Amino acid sequence: MIESILPQVSSFADDIDFLIGLIAVITLLWFFAAQAIFFGFIFKFRAKPGVKAMYIDGYDPKHKRWITYPHNAVLVFDVIILVFAVNVWNHVKLDLPEKVDDTVKVVAQRWAWSFQHSGTDGKLDTGDDVFTGDVLHVKKGANVVFIGTSRDVLHSFSVPVFRLKQDVIPGREGTGWFRAEKAGTYDIQCTEICGIGHGVMGSRIVVHEPADYDAWLAAAPKGEAIAGNVPVVPKAIDLYAPAPSSKPAAPAAH
Amino acid sequence: MSQTATHHDHGTATQGHDAHGHDSHGHGHHEEPGFIKKYLWSTDHKMIAQQYMWTGVAMALIGGYLAYAFRMQLAFPGKFIPAYGYMSSLQYNTAVTNHGTIMIFWFAMPVLIAAFGNFLIPLMIGCDDMVFPRINRLSYQVFLLSAIILIASFLVPGGGFNGAWTAYPPLSGNSEYNMAHWGSTLWVLAVALEFVAFLLGGINFITTAMNSRAPGMRLWDMPLVVWMIVIASILFMASVGPLIAGAVMLLFDQNFGTFFFAPERGGDPVLWQHLFWFFGHPEVYVVLLPAMGMSGDIIATFSRKKLFAYKTLLYTVFGTGIISFFVWAHHQFIAGIDPRMANIFTVTTLIISVPIAEMCFLFIATLYGGSITLTVPMLWGLAFVGEFLLGGVTGIFLGASGADIFFHDSYFVVAHFHYTFVPIAIIGFFMGFTYWSPKMFGLMLDETLGKIHFWITIVGFNMIFIPLFFTGLWGDHRRIYNYNNFSELARPELQDLRIIATVGLLIMISAQVFFVINLVKSYFVTKKKAGDNPWKANTLEWQCPSPPPHGNFATMPNVYRGPYEYSLPERESDFWPQNEPPAA
Repeated sequence: MIESILPQVSSFADDIDFLIGLIAVITLLWFFAAQAIFFGFIFKFRAKPGVKAMYIDGYDPKHKRWITYPHNAVLVFDVIILVFAVNVWNHVKLDLPEKVDDTVKVVAQRWAWSFQHSGTDGKLDTGDDVFTGDVLHVKKGANVVFIGTSRDVLHSFSVPVFRLKQDVIPGREGTGWFRAEKAGTYDIQCTEICGIGHGVMGSRIVVHEPADYDAWLAAAPKGEAIAGNVPVVPKAIDLYAPAPSSKPAAPAAH
Repeated sequence: MSQTATHHDHGTATQGHDAHGHDSHGHGHHEEPGFIKKYLWSTDHKMIAQQYMWTGVAMALIGGYLAYAFRMQLAFPGKFIPAYGYMSSLQYNTAVTNHGTIMIFWFAMPVLIAAFGNFLIPLMIGCDDMVFPRINRLSYQVFLLSAIILIASFLVPGGGFNGAWTAYPPLSGNSEYNMAHWGSTLWVLAVALEFVAFLLGGINFITTAMNSRAPGMRLWDMPLVVWMIVIASILFMASVGPLIAGAVMLLFDQNFGTFFFAPERGGDPVLWQHLFWFFGHPEVYVVLLPAMGMSGDIIATFSRKKLFAYKTLLYTVFGTGIISFFVWAHHQFIAGIDPRMANIFTVTTLIISVPIAEMCFLFIATLYGGSITLTVPMLWGLAFVGEFLLGGVTGIFLGASGADIFFHDSYFVVAHFHYTFVPIAIIGFFMGFTYWSPKMFGLMLDETLGKIHFWITIVGFNMIFIPLFFTGLWGDHRRIYNYNNFSELARPELQDLRIIATVGLLIMISAQVFFVINLVKSYFVTKKKAGDNPWKANTLEWQCPSPPPHGNFATMPNVYRGPYEYSLPERESDFWPQNEPPAA
C-alpha cells in the first residue's frame, strides 16, 4: 500500500510496512465486523407496531458473554500487535548495528539541513570530514549511524522512503541508524513545526552505489578548517511571507 | 431482573424539599429578573449553559472559517481564497494553530462539558441549581474573558500564535523564533485562563452530582451522561495542574527572561512535552466521555432499551480514566525520549483500547432486541458510535511504537484524531442539541430538515478525512502550507486527494445552512410545542416543564428506580420515569 508511492529503501522499511499491514488487517477486520453487527441491529430491530423491545439488563452470563468473548479477543489481538510493534521498535530505534560503516552528523536549523560526513576514516571531527548543505550522501548497503541535533528549535529528521523519523533537539545529540538498500535520490523532510519556513524545509538524500560513493568522497572537498562551521545556504522562502526577523545564518564556506 | 429495577427506599418528600429550602432562589417567590441579570449576570445553570453553548458555537464558526481557509490553500496552493485572500506560510501556521486550539479548548470543552454539564446535571439529578451558582457564573465570565483574549491575539502586531496547538518550545517560548511575541503571550494566557474557568466549573459539577441528588437517587441511578461529565471533570482537574504550571513557565520564558524550556541556558524543551501531554491525553477522554454519555442516553431512549450492563459500562469508564494517565508519552515516541520508554507506553496505550472497545460493544449490544426509532437525535447518536469506531481502530496504528515511526506527525494522525474529535465535538453537539433542545427551548425542531442536515454533514465529514488517511499513508506530513515544495509529495494523485478533502469540507460547511434554516423555521415560524416529555424518556429532566422555569421542578422529584427502565414486560407503557411512584 505505502510502497506503491514510497519505495522501501531502508533495510527496516519492509519491517515497518509489514507491521502496518498486520495492524491494518486486524483492525479493519474488527472494524468491519463491528459495523456489520451495528448496522445489522439497526436494520433488524427497527420499531414495529405492537412489538415491544426486549428487557435485557446485560448481567445474565448468557448475555454478558457476548461482551466478554470479544473483550478477551481484543486483549489477545492487542498482545499480538504489541509483540510485533515492540520488536520493530527495538530493531529500528533501540539497537544500533554491531558493525558501523559510517557516521554522519545531521544538523537542523531554521529552515535547512546540513550534514557532516565522516570521510574515509569513518570518524567524525577528523581532518577528512566532508560538510554539505542540503544533500546527504550515503553508501548503499552501509550501516550508517546518524547523530542528530538542532541549532534553534525542534525539527524532525524524516526520510519517508526509509520509514524513518527522529526529532532533533537543540542542546542534545540523538543517535539513530539506517542502512539504505536501493540507490537513488530521495526526500528528507522536516516533520516538526519549526516556524515560518517549516513548509519548505526539505533536503535530499543520495544513496550511491559503493563505487559512486567512493568517487564522490574522493572528489569532495575535505574541511578541517571549517569543522564546527557547517556551511548552510538558507533556502528561499515563499513570496508572500514577510522576511523573517531572525539572525542571518552562518556564512557559506565551501 | 436487575436490582436497579426494584423500588428502593427513599427519603420522604418533605425531607427532599427541606434539603433545597435554604437555597438562594427557593421556590414560590419568583420575580422576573431584568435583562442584564437574566442574560449576562445570571446564576441560573440553564442560562449559563446557554451562554457556554452559544459562545462555543460562535468560536466554532471562527475555527471552521480557519479550516476553510487552510484547506483551500492546500487544495489550490497559492491561489486566491474567496473570503480570505492569499495565504502566506506564516498565516497558514497561524490558521492551523488556532483552528486546533479553538476547536478543542473553545468549542469541544465549553459545549460538551460546560454547556451540557450545566444544563443536564441539575435537571437529571433532580435539584434546582448547581451548589455554587456564583462560582458557576464566575466560571463563564473567566471563560468569556479567555475567549476575548484569544481573539485579541489575532489582532496584535505580529499576528496570532503560529507554533501549533501543542506549542512546543523553543518555538513557542521565544519570539525570535515564532515572530509573534504578543500573539504567543496572549495565546498562552488565554489557554491558562480557560483552564481556570473549567476548574471552577468542574468543582461545581462534581460537588453538585455528589451532594444534590434527588432523594432516592443512588450513584448507580445517575444517568450515564451525568456520570461521564463527573468523571471527565475529575480527569480534567487531576491532569491540568502540570499544564497550568507549564503555561506559567512558558509565559515567563516568553516575557521575563527565564529559561525553563530554553536549552541554551540549561532548560529542557522536552519537559514541556511531558507537561502538555500529561494533560493532553486525558483531555481526549475529558471531551470523549460526555459525548459517549450523551450517545448512550440517546441510544437507550430511542431503542427503548436498558443500557446493556450499565455497571460494567461505568467500570470501563473508570478503567479508561485511570489508564488515560499512563499513556501520554505515546505522543513522544520519536521526540527524543529514551527509546526504552516507548515500549512501556505502547503497552499502556494498547491496553486502553480494551475498555474503549468494550464501551462500543456495550452500546451495540444495547441495540439488540430494541425497538429503534431513527429520529434525528438517534441518527446523530448512532453516527457518533459508527464514526468513532474508525477513529478508535486507527489509533492502534499510532499507539504501536514501531508503526508510529512512520506515522508520527503525518496526515494519518490528522485523519485519526478528527475521526475522534469530529464525532465528539460536532456530532456530539448536534446530538445533544437535537435531543435536549425541546427541553431547553420548549419547541420541537423540524425532523425533515434535521435529517437533510444530518446526512449532508456526515457525507461531507467522511469525504474530508477518508482521503487524508491515504495522503498520510503516502507521506503527507502536517502543517505544510504547500506540498509542491517536496518532490515526493508534489504528485497529482496526492493533490487529487487533497482537493477531494477540501470539497468534503465545503459540503460539510454548506450543510450547516440546513441547521440554521431549521432553527429559524422551528423557533420563529412553526413553534411546535414540545411538551414535558416528547421522547417518552425516563430521566428526570423530562419530568419538569419545557423550558424549565427558574428552580426547575414544580415539585422536587423523588427517585424510585434507575434511569433506563424501558420496556418492562409486566408494564403496559414502555417507559417508566425515575420519579414515578410505584403502584402501591
